[in-house]
Amino acid sequence: MSAWKKHEVFEKNSFVLLVGILVAVSIGGLVEIAPLFYLKSTIEKTEGMRPYTPLELAGRDIYIREGCYLCHSQMVRPMRDELERYGHYSLAAESMYDHPFQWGSKRTGPDLARVGGKYSDDWHVEHLIDPRSLVPASIMPGYPFLAENRLETRDIKASLSVNSFIGVPYTDAQIENAVSDVLGQAMPDSDAAYDFEERWPTATVRDFDGNPREVTEMDALVAYLQVLGTMVDFSIYDDAANSR
Amino acid sequence: MVVPSLAPCMDSNNWGAEMAQKKTGLVSLEEGGFAIFLVLLAFVCIIIAGKTFDQVMAFHAGLGALFAAVSVFMIFKNYFDDGGEPIPAEINGKPNYNIGPIKFGAVAAMFWGVAGFLVGLIIALQLAWPALNFDLPWTNFGRLRPLHTSAVIFAFGGNVLLATSMYVVQRTCRVRMPGKILPWFVILGYNAFIVIAGTGYLLGATQSKEYAEPEWYADLWLTVVWVLYLLLFLGTLWKRKEPHIYVANWFYLAFIVTIALLHVTNNLTIPVSIYSTKSYIVWAGVQDAMVQWWYGHNAVGFFLTAGFLAIMYYFIPKRAERPVYSYRLSIVHFWALIFIYIWAGPHHLHYTALPQWASTLGATFSIILWMPSWGGMINGLMTLSGAWDKLRTDPVLRMMVVSVAFYGMSTFEGPLMSLRSVNSLSHYTDWTIGHVHSGALGWVGYISFGALYCLIPWLWNKKSLYSLKLVNWHFWLSTLGIVLYITAMWVSGIMQGLMWRAYDNLGFLEYSFVETVEAMHPFYIIRALGGALFVLGSLIMAYNLWMTVRHGEAEEADTTPAGSLAPAE
Repeated sequence: MSAWKKHEVFEKNSFVLLVGILVAVSIGGLVEIAPLFYLKSTIEKTEGMRPYTPLELAGRDIYIREGCYLCHSQMVRPMRDELERYGHYSLAAESMYDHPFQWGSKRTGPDLARVGGKYSDDWHVEHLIDPRSLVPASIMPGYPFLAENRLETRDIKASLSVNSFIGVPYTDAQIENAVSDVLGQAMPDSDAAYDFEERWPTATVRDFDGNPREVTEMDALVAYLQVLGTMVDFSIYDDAANSR
Repeated sequence: MVVPSLAPCMDSNNWGAEMAQKKTGLVSLEEGGFAIFLVLLAFVCIIIAGKTFDQVMAFHAGLGALFAAVSVFMIFKNYFDDGGEPIPAEINGKPNYNIGPIKFGAVAAMFWGVAGFLVGLIIALQLAWPALNFDLPWTNFGRLRPLHTSAVIFAFGGNVLLATSMYVVQRTCRVRMPGKILPWFVILGYNAFIVIAGTGYLLGATQSKEYAEPEWYADLWLTVVWVLYLLLFLGTLWKRKEPHIYVANWFYLAFIVTIALLHVTNNLTIPVSIYSTKSYIVWAGVQDAMVQWWYGHNAVGFFLTAGFLAIMYYFIPKRAERPVYSYRLSIVHFWALIFIYIWAGPHHLHYTALPQWASTLGATFSIILWMPSWGGMINGLMTLSGAWDKLRTDPVLRMMVVSVAFYGMSTFEGPLMSLRSVNSLSHYTDWTIGHVHSGALGWVGYISFGALYCLIPWLWNKKSLYSLKLVNWHFWLSTLGIVLYITAMWVSGIMQGLMWRAYDNLGFLEYSFVETVEAMHPFYIIRALGGALFVLGSLIMAYNLWMTVRHGEAEEADTTPAGSLAPAE
C-alpha cells in the first residue's frame, strides 16, 4: 500500500479530519504564547509603573473609541533614528496594565509611546480641536467635540473593578472612590483633588483642558496622553540586566 | 439549543420518516428549538434595551430584539405556509439542494463588497484631503477604517465564504445540507453580526483589536452563529453520498474550525456590565500583543487564505473543465499550510517589546510558509494545463487565474517582509498596506468575483452571464486599479521608511515627522485613484449580475452537471 493511500483515513472520515486539523493548528500557538506567561524575563524589572488613574483610564477608552491606534503606534523600536526621534525604546513593562495593548501597526502619524510631557496641555487641546492650526501639513482629523462632551463617569468604578479582576493592582480605595478621583484629578484646589493626591501620590492634578467648569472628554484624553511613557524611572533602569 | 436543532439531521436515513411523523401539526424540534431560543433572546434584548443608559447598547439591543422577533415570525409563517410538510432530500433520485440561503449570501456579498470598497475609497480620500473627515465623530478616519476592513473582510469575504461553502459542500457530498431553519439561521445570523459590528464602529463601540474590533456582545453572537455553521458543515459531511471528502472541503473545514479557535481566544473579554458596550480584554500588554497577532495573521491565513483556497479548488477546475493538477500536492500543501501558518503571527512584532525568540520563530516559519503557499498556487495554475486557451475567451477564468498569480506574488512578498532587516524598514509604513491590498484586492477579491460570476447563473438557473464584455471591462479596470494602488504604496512606504531613518551630514535626523507625511500626498492621490477604478469595476459587476438574474436566458435542465470532481491521481 502506498503511503498516499493512508491519507484516505482523513478523506473518508470527517471526525478524523477535524481532529487532525485541530492538532495541526494548535501546536504553533501553544509554543509561542504559553511561555510568555511564565518566563520571568518577558517583563522587565522597572521602578515607577502604576495603573492608570480613573481619569487616564477614561482617556484611554476615548483613545480606543476614536481609533487613534490605527494611525499612531505606541512602541518605540531600538533603532538609532527612533531613539533620537522618540526616546528610550519601549519596554514590555510599560504596557503590562494595558487591556488591550495599544502598540499599533501603522505610523500615519508619529509614535505616541513617549508623547507624555513632550507638549503642553494647551498644545494638545488646540491640536486635537484643529490639528492644522498648529501643524499645517498634518492630515489628522479634528476632534472638536471632545472639548464639548462632558466626561461620562457612570461606568468608571466598574471599569476599575473589571481591570482589577483581570490583574491590574488597583487598591480597594482607588476603586471605591473612582468617580470622585476623576473630578479630583481634573480640578485642582478642590477637596476631591486633595483626596486624589492621597490615593495617587505619583499622578498629576491639573485642569488639562483649560476649562474649569466641567470635566470633559478632552480632560481625560489629554491626561492619558500626558502620562504616556513617563511612568518608568529610566535614571535607575538597568538596560543590561534586562537584556533578553 | 444546539441539540434539538440538530437532532433531525444526525441520521440521514430517518430524515424523511421523522419529518413525516411531524405532519400531524406539531412543529419540528428544530423549528421549536430555534423559536424558543429567539424568543428568549428577544426578551433578554428588550430587558437590556430598557435598563441600559448606554445609547449604543440600547440601539443594538433594540436591533437584536427586532431581528429575533422577525425571525420567530418567519419561522411560524413558514410553518403555516407549508403546513409543516417535510422538504424532500431528493427529487427523482437527485439531491434536492438547498440554495435559498446561498442566494442570500451571494447577494449580500455583492452588496457588502460594493459598500466596503466605497468606504475604502472614502478613507483613502481622507488621507489625501483631511478636510473630508468633517471633524465629526461618526465620519472620522479612526471610526471608518475598521468599518472598511470589517466590511471587505468579514461582510464581503465572509458572505462569499458562507455562500460558496454551502454550495460546494452540498455538491461535492451530493446531498442536501441538513436542517430547514439552520442554514438560514447561519447566513442571517452572520449578517446580523455584520450590522451590529458595523454600526458599532460608527457609534464608537470597539475593542481596538485590529480585525477583531466588535465588542463583547457581537463576539458572543458570532460565536453562537459560528458553532452552528461548523455543525451545519459537519452535518452535511456526515450525510454525504460520496466516499471521499473533496479537497475544497478540507480547506473549508480548516477555515471554520481555526477561525472559531482564534475568535474565542483573542476576544476573551470581561464586560463592564451587561448594560454597557464596553469591555476589557483579559490579556495585557506583551501577551495581548502576541495573542492579537497570532489571531491577526491567522485571520489572513485561515479566513483569507484557507477559505479562498477552497474556492479555488472547486471553481477553477469547474470553470476550466479540468481536474485538479495534483492530488498529492494538495495533500502535502494542505497539511503544511495549516501547520506552518499558525506560527507566523509574531513577525508582526519585530523589534518590539515581544521577546526576540518569539518574533524570530515567527519569521522562520514565515519563510518556510512560502513553500506550501506556492504549492497551492502551482496546484491552482497547473489545473489549467490543457485549457490555457480558455484564458483568451473566458474573462471569468482569467480573473480567477490572475487571482492565483496575485496569491503567488503576495505570498512571496510576505515572507520577504517578515525578515527582520526588511521589516525594520517596512513596518509602520504604507508598504504593509500595499502588501495587504495585493492579497486582498488581487487574490481574495478576484477569486471571489470569479466565484460569484460562476455561481449567480448556476443559482438562478441561467445559461450564462448577461455580458462577458462587461466582465472584461471589470477585469481591466480593476487590474489597472490594483496596479496603481500597490505601486503607489510600495513607493510611499519605502520612501517614508527611508526618510524616517535619513541623517544629514552633521549627524542629525534629516526630516521631521510631518515632512515625511507631506511627501506621501501624491501617492495617496494615486492610491485613491486606483481604489476608485476598483470600485467602478465592482459596480459594473453588480450591474452585470443584476441583469443576469433579471434578464438572463433560463436554462432548461440543471446547469451544473453532478459529475464528481475527482482529483487527478
